[in-house]
Amino acid sequence: MAEFTLPKNSKVGVGKTYKAPTGAKRVKEFKVYRWNPDDGKNPTTDTYEIDLDACGPMVLDAIIKIKNEIDSSLTFRRSCREGICGSCAMNIDGTNTLACLKPIDDVKGAVAINPLPHMPVVKDLVPDLTQAYAQYRSIEPWLQSETAAPPDGERLQSKEERAELDGLWECIMCFCCTTSCPSYWWNGDRYLGPAVLMAAYRWIADSRDEHTGQRLDALEDPFKLYRCHTIMNCTQTCPKGLNPAKAIGKVKQLMLERQG
Amino acid sequence: MKDVREALMVGRNTQGKLVRRPISPFMIGSAYKPQLSSMTSIFHRITGVALGLGTILLTLWLVCAAAGDGAFSIIQAVLASWIGLIILFGFTVALFYHFCNGIRHLSWDAGKGFELPDMHKSGRVVFAATLALTVIFWAIGLYIW
Repeated sequence: MAEFTLPKNSKVGVGKTYKAPTGAKRVKEFKVYRWNPDDGKNPTTDTYEIDLDACGPMVLDAIIKIKNEIDSSLTFRRSCREGICGSCAMNIDGTNTLACLKPIDDVKGAVAINPLPHMPVVKDLVPDLTQAYAQYRSIEPWLQSETAAPPDGERLQSKEERAELDGLWECIMCFCCTTSCPSYWWNGDRYLGPAVLMAAYRWIADSRDEHTGQRLDALEDPFKLYRCHTIMNCTQTCPKGLNPAKAIGKVKQLMLERQG
Repeated sequence: MKDVREALMVGRNTQGKLVRRPISPFMIGSAYKPQLSSMTSIFHRITGVALGLGTILLTLWLVCAAAGDGAFSIIQAVLASWIGLIILFGFTVALFYHFCNGIRHLSWDAGKGFELPDMHKSGRVVFAATLALTVIFWAIGLYIW
């Protein structure tokens, strides 16, 4: 259901401020969302002043610096630091992106850092992605075929067939797009969201997959697919430059075409 | 139907005790930056609702016209008052915006215009066309009136 405000326990208060060391010349404020399941309090925004002359260029560098040097209790996911694992997806300066790919200099003024929007918070910047993963599982994201594979090799594709998958297979499932979608905020219990729908199309578009019909049957639902209203926040925010809205559009077209 | 995500709103703290989790900030404006993508979409919804109300007004005008001279002169006077003109102006803005952005949606349904530069361009064209059509409509309307 459409909701426009946060519930009482989720309203964000003002937190602590950590001043920059004296003598710092290039100081930047980082306003970071904090919530601790152990203290029974509402979330807060803590302010950290960072000396950019003693910090790496990316937002991830800054929050790692905060954790290492200022406040070790700050909790976030990160792994590869080069935009391939999708762990450090968060809302930075009002849009979803990967902290490791977001240059600090791209943000004017204080850098606001929040968890991915409209998700249950486990702690600080760590959202619970259980629902999104369960939805990903539900589209059966693996090759399904009745025909046996050739005994002496792989299932081959032409270059053109393979090219159909470009712009789809590169998705790293960071869920920046899914959690940028107002439709997913409100109907995420039944709407699959852009990341999962693009993953579904990745298998529909695969020349080796023979379950196209079953896959479309599974998506033929007023909520699972058709809660997409082409808002296009997904494509706008994808840190990998992919186009989930276009993939969803193609699924909708295939639905129409098979009706004949 | 209860939201199945409710189950995920309960977590455990370090002692294993159940705690109620907060939902992360989300609203456009306060937490999520307003962008051309979301703004054209929200205006489409708002103007859609406005058109519904405008159609009721149009029906009311027709009913008054059918009811006779007395009723018709009343509705004419109401609509010609400054507040009536503002409402009519809003009605035409909503009509032209919804019409132009509706064409944009039809193009998406046909699989065209999904690339980001195209989407931005078409969004700006919709706003410009709404402005132009509204101005032309009112220029002609006021000239005739």
